Amino acid sequence: MTYMHIGKDFTPPDIEGKVTGAARYAEDFRRDGLVFARLLTSPIPAGRVVSIDASEALAMPGVLGIFTADDLPESKPPANPALAKEFITYIGQPILAVAAESEELAEAAIERIVVEYERRPFVVDPLDTLVEGGPDPYPMGNSLIRTGEAAAGTTASGTGVGQIKWTSDQVASFRAGRFPTGASFPEEWMYGDVDANFAQCSTILEEPFVTIGYPHHSLEPRTGMAYWENGKCYFHGSLQSHTVGHDALSAMLEIDPANLVFINENTGGGFGSKIFPYPTMAVTGRFARKLNRPVQLRITRPEEFYIGSARSGMQGWIKIGLRDNGRVGAVDVAIVGDAGAGGGASGGSAAEHISIMYQPEAMRFRGMSLYTNTAPRGAQRGPGQNEMAAVLSPMMDKAARQAGIDLVEFRRVNAPGMDAKVGSRQGALSSSYYPQAIEQVATLFGWEQKKTLPRQISATKVRGIGVGEGYHSAGASGYDGLLRIAPDGKIYLHTGVGNLGTYSYAGVLRAAAEALQCSWENCVVVHGNSDLHLPHSTYQGGSNTIFTETRSSHVAALDAIRKLKTIAAAQFGGAVEDYSIGGERVFLTSDSSKGMSYGEAAQKAIELGGELSGMAYPEDIHNTTKRSVQAMQGTGLIGVAKDTLPKSGTAPGFAIAMVEIELDTETGKFDILDYSGVAECGTVIHPAGLRQAMNGGGVWGFGMAAYERHVYDPQNGLPANVGLYQAKLPTYLDVPLNMKTAGTDMPDPQSPVGSRGIGEPAQGCAAAALMSAISDALGGHLFNRTPVTPDMIVNHIAQNSFNTGDLKTNTF
Amino acid sequence: MNPKLTRRRFIKGVIASGVAAASTSLWYTASGQSRPAGAVERLLTISVNGQTRRVDVAPQETLAHTLRYKLGLTGAKLGCNRGECGSCTVLADDVNIYSCSTLTHEVKNKAILTVEGLRAADGTLHPIQAAFIQELSPQCGFCTSGQIMSAVALLKSNPRPTREEARNALSGNLCRCGAYDHYLNGVMRASGQLS
Repeated sequence: MTYMHIGKDFTPPDIEGKVTGAARYAEDFRRDGLVFARLLTSPIPAGRVVSIDASEALAMPGVLGIFTADDLPESKPPANPALAKEFITYIGQPILAVAAESEELAEAAIERIVVEYERRPFVVDPLDTLVEGGPDPYPMGNSLIRTGEAAAGTTASGTGVGQIKWTSDQVASFRAGRFPTGASFPEEWMYGDVDANFAQCSTILEEPFVTIGYPHHSLEPRTGMAYWENGKCYFHGSLQSHTVGHDALSAMLEIDPANLVFINENTGGGFGSKIFPYPTMAVTGRFARKLNRPVQLRITRPEEFYIGSARSGMQGWIKIGLRDNGRVGAVDVAIVGDAGAGGGASGGSAAEHISIMYQPEAMRFRGMSLYTNTAPRGAQRGPGQNEMAAVLSPMMDKAARQAGIDLVEFRRVNAPGMDAKVGSRQGALSSSYYPQAIEQVATLFGWEQKKTLPRQISATKVRGIGVGEGYHSAGASGYDGLLRIAPDGKIYLHTGVGNLGTYSYAGVLRAAAEALQCSWENCVVVHGNSDLHLPHSTYQGGSNTIFTETRSSHVAALDAIRKLKTIAAAQFGGAVEDYSIGGERVFLTSDSSKGMSYGEAAQKAIELGGELSGMAYPEDIHNTTKRSVQAMQGTGLIGVAKDTLPKSGTAPGFAIAMVEIELDTETGKFDILDYSGVAECGTVIHPAGLRQAMNGGGVWGFGMAAYERHVYDPQNGLPANVGLYQAKLPTYLDVPLNMKTAGTDMPDPQSPVGSRGIGEPAQGCAAAALMSAISDALGGHLFNRTPVTPDMIVNHIAQNSFNTGDLKTNTF
Repeated sequence: MNPKLTRRRFIKGVIASGVAAASTSLWYTASGQSRPAGAVERLLTISVNGQTRRVDVAPQETLAHTLRYKLGLTGAKLGCNRGECGSCTVLADDVNIYSCSTLTHEVKNKAILTVEGLRAADGTLHPIQAAFIQELSPQCGFCTSGQIMSAVALLKSNPRPTREEARNALSGNLCRCGAYDHYLNGVMRASGQLS
């Protein structure tokens, strides 16, 4: 299909600000009378606050007040409280905030506050709390239990803390890589006859595995600033979504959503940690109200490590069966997830990855979420799916080699196609061109040629090549689209999508420009400030935006087109169906001289009123959208609608990558010589944006596979690598000098422009391909973990089990 | 009324206004009297983006603090405030430095250039800025100012770097979004090596 805008690069409206320094983030805003708040955080991993003596701090000139858990509604475990009192569950947990006339004063005041703590036992390894008699991270237990419907993306309601224990023999068995006979798992699903299918398999592989969690470390710390005027709260924050968090933030501040103005034009990274409002935002807003002054709560880099969320860890066991033809006949997987101090683990999502990428004919998953006294966990770029992709890839390679099948051929044989099924319910997909993606990447990388290259490059250098696959569901429905055509002919495309750096907030609006057949230069993107009247848009995470919001943009445009034609028909006669659009005009199809410009139609809309200018609107749109339409009434032609387009099955995002490395056997260091990745995300709507997503995801994948991890001291519960360099985010020097990416660019039938998302699979495929290549370079050796760091490689080559022996999360 | 509270409010008011500290510095400057032993001149005249700026700077104040909170130049970001991420990178006499880890007093005699000072007088973007737009180099943009300033410093000393040289030159600037490939493309384009 030929498009005006879809599939073509454009200059996003915010990018000039990013290269000139004009783009402003939450911490860049100041306000007359601003006061500065800082956090006092817990020095102990578990316990409670017995008393707080802030008298000396409050007597300091310039100190304005403190804010404690007593200033907030009571929070119950496992909800992550903004400020802890009865349940301290990790080092670095905020206890109170102090506000002063300067940051230095606030910091000095914190030093003068005396907090008496009562210690409780703590635990940093989930298996240490699972064993009978082991310490529990909460006084009431160690595991997540579902007590009802949880709020989306949070554990604020519907969850509780229970207790699960295994015998010491069962834990020892699991640690040793065997399934713990008779052990209980609160989560379990199965499809097909697993035992019968294993019986038909000629290749059986049974392996343990560990994936270690790590912090998001968004480069913009979650500093916020709030002030109150005339009963309204103005909040400068940093969220990766925008309007979808509006009601939640209003609830945190206990105000009517109409009285919240959320301003967030730019966000310095989120990666899942800023999908919804986070607890400290309650402190910022409420403290400002308490003091009746603008308050900026700065979050420092170390605090960002503690409270900025982190990926969950997994410790597991898997059994894989292959039939003679290479098809995966059966998979049995058991996962103990590390959910840190609140949040949930990702075992179910990890199992979902296996179910779709290898299409096993029968599969069983057993799992649990255990808490530990480590940093709280939350969604991080493909939670579950990506770490499973990474640790699973070399195992699947091993199984394929045992069966005598080429690694890429093995993926072909098991590839999810149009008739693929996903997850425990074996649901259908909206479409899948994944088999084409395999062929595309094999050509891009030159798999057939590279697999014949010698593995030994020199006396100390070996080559490895690998393949990896990523998947995430990539689209939802039911959100609202909103636009306004002004009498001057400008088309204002409103979006409540956050700006987390993918440019999708603008890219999805091009679906509206496409339907309206208007020039992009005549469009104005309206976003980033709820006072600008934004619609209820999707949560921005989980590769969700592109599919979901091209749909809502499209339906808003369809509504506008219907209204344009209605106005024209009223002016020139005939029926609505007799009219067409083109060249930013609406005209009689049979006589284009009978028509008017979009601007003239907008003026008519104002004169005619009613739904044409937003005086009336659909009942099914969200209250956020209703408020926005009400604010825009009578200012032009309003296009507004809820996405009720047909949707069935799961809209998938797939990616596949291939990696070639040169590994130094003396240092364990490796260079990535070639990275090739292909996305299967339907029609590509923004080619440069897709390259960014694939390359950025690739870097995240390299971090997961080879660098990033939590390391906690089991003696004291202290994290050992809080800073950026210790946490080892990949740098320029850790990634390939060039990266090659592409997309299949084939349309999904359930998107009006054929597009789906890709953000999460872009990481999973890269992590998996690098893990596969490292294993290949070392003769198929399995480390059974992520990450695999150079010290592990050296120790393996030296046949030294240090660092490569016991599988543990957090403490390795 | 509590007399202690009243006194505290008075002192807080003085500190908040900044009058006490600023007037002391001005008094020393205006009177020409020698400062107390060990004291540091607070009222500095520094060159920022080609302009002479007079600013009251505490002895322990970082350049990032001065730029962001006293001169309103918020392009340099505080990603870590501890010399790890490079988001606060600016140039001092054409050398890229972490402004979060540099005391303003240390560079008072150097010409400071920030991302806000790169545009030409007629508004034309610097070649690095234009190339970064063309290559869609930034993602979230939080590290972008720092990446740009390191790239500008590189091209001042090496107008046609190899990609490997560019990678090394920018390696002190982290990008959590992972846009490294696109930043390098921007450097190569700005240096005329990518068409």
